[in-house]
Amino acid sequence: MDFGLSEEQQLLQDTVAQFLANENDPNQLRARFDAEEPHDETFWKGLMELGLGGLLVPEEHGGAGLQMIDAALVAETMGFAAAPGPFLGHTLAGLAIALGGSEAHKRAWLPKLATGDALGTVAFGEEDGSWLPEQWSVGGDALTGTKCHVPYGAQADVIVVGTKGGGLALVAPGDGATIELFEGVDRTRRLYTVRFDGAAAEALPDGSDAASRTRDAALILLAADAFGGASRVLAMSVEYAKTREQFGVTIGHFQALKHQLANMALETEPARGLFWYAAHAFDEVPEDCERMAALAKAHVTDRFMHVAREATEAHGGIGFTWECDVQMWFKRALFDRAWLGTPGTHRERAAQLAGW
Amino acid sequence: MDLSYGPEYEAFRGEVKAFLDAEWPLKGDEAKLDLQGQAVAFRKKGIAAGYLARSIPRHYGGSEQEADSLKAQVIREEFARARAPMEAMGIGTMMLVPTLLERGEEWQRERWVEDTVLGNTAWCQGYSEPGAGSDLASLKTKAELDGDDWVINGQKIWTSGAQHADFMFILCRTEPGEKKHGGISYLLLDMKQPGIDVRPLRQMTGGADFNEVFFSDVRTPKDWIVGKRGEGWLVSRTTLKHERNSIGNAAQAQGTFRNILKLAKQSTIDGKPAIENPAIRQRLATLEGYVQAHVYSGYRQMTAGLRGEDAGMIQLMNKLHSTNIGQEVAKIAVDLLGDGALTDPSQGARGLFAGPENAAGWVGQYMSSLGVAIAGGTGNIQRNVIAERGLGLPRDYFADAHKR
Ligand SMILES: Cc1cc2nc3c(=O)[nH]c(=O)nc-3n(C[C@H](O)[C@H](O)[C@H](O)COP(=O)(O)OP(=O)(O)OC[C@H]3O[C@@H](n4cnc5c(N)ncnc54)[C@H](O)[C@@H]3O)c2cc1C
Repeated sequence: MDFGLSEEQQLLQDTVAQFLANENDPNQLRARFDAEEPHDETFWKGLMELGLGGLLVPEEHGGAGLQMIDAALVAETMGFAAAPGPFLGHTLAGLAIALGGSEAHKRAWLPKLATGDALGTVAFGEEDGSWLPEQWSVGGDALTGTKCHVPYGAQADVIVVGTKGGGLALVAPGDGATIELFEGVDRTRRLYTVRFDGAAAEALPDGSDAASRTRDAALILLAADAFGGASRVLAMSVEYAKTREQFGVTIGHFQALKHQLANMALETEPARGLFWYAAHAFDEVPEDCERMAALAKAHVTDRFMHVAREATEAHGGIGFTWECDVQMWFKRALFDRAWLGTPGTHRERAAQLAGW
Repeated sequence: MDLSYGPEYEAFRGEVKAFLDAEWPLKGDEAKLDLQGQAVAFRKKGIAAGYLARSIPRHYGGSEQEADSLKAQVIREEFARARAPMEAMGIGTMMLVPTLLERGEEWQRERWVEDTVLGNTAWCQGYSEPGAGSDLASLKTKAELDGDDWVINGQKIWTSGAQHADFMFILCRTEPGEKKHGGISYLLLDMKQPGIDVRPLRQMTGGADFNEVFFSDVRTPKDWIVGKRGEGWLVSRTTLKHERNSIGNAAQAQGTFRNILKLAKQSTIDGKPAIENPAIRQRLATLEGYVQAHVYSGYRQMTAGLRGEDAGMIQLMNKLHSTNIGQEVAKIAVDLLGDGALTDPSQGARGLFAGPENAAGWVGQYMSSLGVAIAGGTGNIQRNVIAERGLGLPRDYFADAHKR
């Protein structure tokens, strides 16, 4: 019985946190947030040098061969820092290929994804607002149809596309795909609309298993990101309460605000065990994973959104400005909550999976 | 991470099961005892086998086992499965025994620990007063030395189980010159004596579990004091580093959740099973998010305990998180009950929240989920603790007023 982090896991998290504290402090983050240029390659390269390109890629293909809990801990740290860039889509693309690809697919893509020499992403969302494998409609030998909210679609060297019937196919963007920027709210994770018009695609042989596993992985990584984000806006609000003065004292003296902050902590801290368990279940308790991933995404992203709203209010007028850092996490919360389906969608799935 | 118990503990589980198979239910003459007698007889066997009273030295009637949270958890699971009694529940085992073990005199431990754990002796807690609740240290009940006795005058309120208790542990003001917290002593007293007037207080549920207790010249021997004079506040804050039951608390939340799920399956809305209603499904799944978070927070804390690490802020949140869950269960329940929520709760079978046929029990839970939220530190007091000790925010202005 041991439900805690190993020394290696703590070290991994500390290493990433340290890198992000140096390379993505609030000023650097803001510059990236405000930039026209959607992708900061230098910053991304730094993350790749830490080995974050292939966390879930097997060692035989040049990755770190780690477990979902490790990737989730990294995602938590990224959420805490609101780290911009394609980490989510890239990690999921590597996982999908590792799980569902042929030997040739794996040899062609995984080593390059692991080092960051190639950028991967996933295309799951559709124009009608659906996200899930059983709802995908894009299909055909030459792929036709539209995928929405594809992270860093324009920068990706390979897109793992969710296809009709719940499978996955690889597309290397080029002929037969037009890619447009979607004006997204979360400027730390840029999204694109990808229109396929007879694009060459290679189906993954084990695509349908890989699709459901990759969906679960995505739900877990979003939950982890949300936990990190919620912890950060809580910390920012507590810090502000200890420095801002009104009525001759720091505002942290006022009980209404203290209780608001205590409630935010109560919404956040217990959720840590929930995303840990969902991530642990991915590798170790597969029969629990699908449902716990759905519950974790629903619960933790909802908590993050709520806490981000409270944090905005706890900052007063400055909280409502572009200048206030909270807004960047607020928008990250909107992403975590909506991407791959709302909390309501995943609660209904959890209900069905329990046979309710 | 590994949530399994591993071969060593599974082997231990086998031993516990074999013990329970052999010993519970009781056989022969012992099976003819009344329920209380059976519980006492069985607890003795459980202690002899090393499964109960594990943190209590043998000398005081315990089984003196090495602290092992996992073994303790296995025992709880198997005893619950077999519906076998554990140590006598209640404030005596939970609060008085650890306090005596940490702070009591030798003779006090010898006299009370074993009987309390076995269930031969029942205690009540005399802390709250009409004017002293959240601000407990403002209590006024007085104890004065008169020869070899303390003489107690004053009033306690909300005293659960005072009508059945053999003894009370009570906080009294003994050092009139001292400041608020410094003037309090922790005394023990016999409830069966003249001068004590226990008056039941009817709760909103209709039942009467708690009481007002009036003291006029009630006597208790000079040495029935735990800790020194004026140290009562500190003594009342003592807790033992015993096998922590962080999973037990989570198991309770899971149990309550299973009950509300059952209620949803057995109730109907618009002629269809309520569990098929989309709004109900959403509320249940939302609640389950909190329940699962609570469960895995329990495992986190247990692991921290096993590793000798500090689990952090989560430890300050257990009460509020679980009473919030209890209150949400209650709110969903009254919606599921529909006009069943018109039922008088005093007619209900308490604690057995089965299906809609026990509407009274559920209406009772709708109310008593507030009772537990208030008792032992209200929600606001919990939030103060989280804000001050967890987040490091300033202490309350008024709560510190006595220091100015
Ligand atoms: C079912 C039940 C069983 C109980 N059993 C026992 C028992 O066996 N023995 C015993 O001694 N006591 C017992 N109690 C009493 C219990 O501990 C007190 O009721 C509790 O501590 C609150 O005190 P109070 O009732 O005086 O409320 P108050 O302290 O008057 O509180 C009233 C309201 O004011 C708020 N408030 C008070 N102070 C603050 C503050 N500093 N900041 C913000 N808000 C504040 C509270 O949160 C609450 O909402 C029991 C209570 C219940 C409900």
